[in-house]
Amino acid sequence: MSRRLQFLKSWEGLLLVILIFVIGFNVISTQHYLGLQNQINLFELHIEKIIVVLIMTFIIINAEIDLSVGSVMGLAGCVMAYLWQRELPFGLCLLAGLLTGLLAGAINGFMVSYVGLSSLVVTLAGLIGFRGLAHVLLENNSVGNFPPWFEKLGQEPFIGPFPFAMVVFFVMLIIAIIVLQRAGAGRYVYVIGNNREVARYSGVNVRRVKMTLFILSGTIAAFAGLLMAARLGSMRGDTAQGTELDIITMVLLGGVSIFGGTGTMVGVLLSILIVLNLRNGMGLLNITGETQTGVIGALLILSVLVPNIAREARDAWNRKRRVQRIRDGEEPEGG
Amino acid sequence: METLKRHFRPEQLRELSLVFLIVAIFMFFGSQIEGYFSPRIFNRVTSDVAIITVVALGETLVLLTRNYDLSVGSIVGLTAFTVGKQLSANPDMLPILALLMALGLGLSLGCINGLLVSYGRVPSIIVTLGTLAIYRSILVAFPGNKIVVIHELPAWVVDFGRVQLFSIGELNIRPVVGAAVLMFVLFQLVTTYMPYGRRLYAIGSNPEAARVGGLPSKRIVFMAYMTCGAMAGLAGFMFLVRYGDLTVVAAQGLEMQVIAAAVVGGVSTNGGSGTMIGALLGAFMINLLQQSLLRWLVISDFWVNALLGMLILLAVTIDLVVVNRLRDIWARSGLQIRPTDEEWQVKEKESHVP
Repeated sequence: MSRRLQFLKSWEGLLLVILIFVIGFNVISTQHYLGLQNQINLFELHIEKIIVVLIMTFIIINAEIDLSVGSVMGLAGCVMAYLWQRELPFGLCLLAGLLTGLLAGAINGFMVSYVGLSSLVVTLAGLIGFRGLAHVLLENNSVGNFPPWFEKLGQEPFIGPFPFAMVVFFVMLIIAIIVLQRAGAGRYVYVIGNNREVARYSGVNVRRVKMTLFILSGTIAAFAGLLMAARLGSMRGDTAQGTELDIITMVLLGGVSIFGGTGTMVGVLLSILIVLNLRNGMGLLNITGETQTGVIGALLILSVLVPNIAREARDAWNRKRRVQRIRDGEEPEGG
Repeated sequence: METLKRHFRPEQLRELSLVFLIVAIFMFFGSQIEGYFSPRIFNRVTSDVAIITVVALGETLVLLTRNYDLSVGSIVGLTAFTVGKQLSANPDMLPILALLMALGLGLSLGCINGLLVSYGRVPSIIVTLGTLAIYRSILVAFPGNKIVVIHELPAWVVDFGRVQLFSIGELNIRPVVGAAVLMFVLFQLVTTYMPYGRRLYAIGSNPEAARVGGLPSKRIVFMAYMTCGAMAGLAGFMFLVRYGDLTVVAAQGLEMQVIAAAVVGGVSTNGGSGTMIGALLGAFMINLLQQSLLRWLVISDFWVNALLGMLILLAVTIDLVVVNRLRDIWARSGLQIRPTDEEWQVKEKESHVP
């Protein structure tokens, strides 16, 4: 019993309550909400972002940040489209796109873990620079006409009613939960996030862990960018622009501390569900995308602010009660 | 060498090298582009630099305290758009009233950020990531057609962007540039000589020590956010005056450029180090590069941002490798830190006075 109550008081409990509210609200306000097609659409519209959210969780728990994911998504897609435009075999184009992401991640990772720069600055440079390269490649053009199988993969059901990207997401989610919550590698991520120096003195190869995470982040972002190209059927220089903010918002709302060391995959999954359901519900009510983003921004701030205020109020109340009891002589002073 | 060390700090050498780099960029593009040294290009560059500089000055205040403000782009956009809408609705509004409106709006938006960060104890990156989205969505939710067009604005707005305050030779100094210079001087003086400015550095270098030492950290950070908001409001007004035609995406992504300018100028994102002149030089360099590449026909102007990314990386790497090493050399020679023996004795005596 008390353990269940403890769960409700935890971050995940709070998120679960919010999620139930959002879903309840959606069910009441629109009758289309519960249909299977709507449930799939709900994931499908933001599937690339939530794939990147998984690896971003690792990075933020590790007390770093990767602002460049949106630009890497765009760049990988643009490299692929650029080579496809030059009539190279399509498999090679896809591979080049993935390698671009790997390289981008390696540059970020090298600068952060071996040169020792702050990841915020390095990936800010990446955010601007990689997006710039994407524009250099495609200029103002939009490249499409990818092979039919590729577009089919992005737009049509793959297993049962589920599209390919969604299957990928759930497989990756399971892997991420296992690695972060159950495997030794996950413990390293937490330890480094909590205290980098302690981790180093305990024999954890901090540099290698960070490097691996950034390379993975780049590669997965590139993969997500290619999925996006498949879903949209065309690439432009500004595809996936600004997605990094959505991605980081989802991770932080999931209870991952921006200072590293805390947070769980379950929390992040709940926050993904909240954001997707909120967007879906508002979309069904004809609320525009920008307003949706605003609401999610407000939710992000409130989710940290309200517990802070509650804690403050409880402390003040406790202090007051104690002063009262000391006055009444029920409790010795300074006890 | 000793005298050099006594009169210069490593940061100043860094700023000096930025000046040299800017001159080098000038020379390079001057030899490449015909008519590069014309007053027209000078006016273009200075007007754009003025806007970014004003925002960067405010952002630097916040960065110094080891916080971020990612919402400045949205504040600039929202103020420019609101004031533009108001001006096209009632064209006989006094110019000073419009300016005050922009400042007030920016101030109150910054106030919200500051309240949440310092009194709500929410990490600054979360707050401003949130308000980045919220302020922009307020702008999009504006009723009516979502555009400000230049010919609906009163004539003084258009003129204000073009008139000259005074001119040096053929180079016109426009009012926006004048305002930016004024703000820069003010901010430089405040951060160098006023207690408030020094406290910003203290909080940024070690927040815990500053708190234990009795500094009103919350109030100082709150004021930094308020000032940053007001500066973004001012920049919003300048943005309106400069461009006239606005859409809802006005100044989107400006926050990244501003932080980039500050970082290139040597302001640390870990707080506690950096100067206003650095931020100014950073803003100037980035804009100069952007404007020059736009006019350089050898490579396509799509390269601007790719080069900018590399420039940021280069700047911070040099910071880490060279400036930190210089700082070590300075510290080891002890010129700035250790007083001479006589000075010590005087100090000892002074401290024993009852």
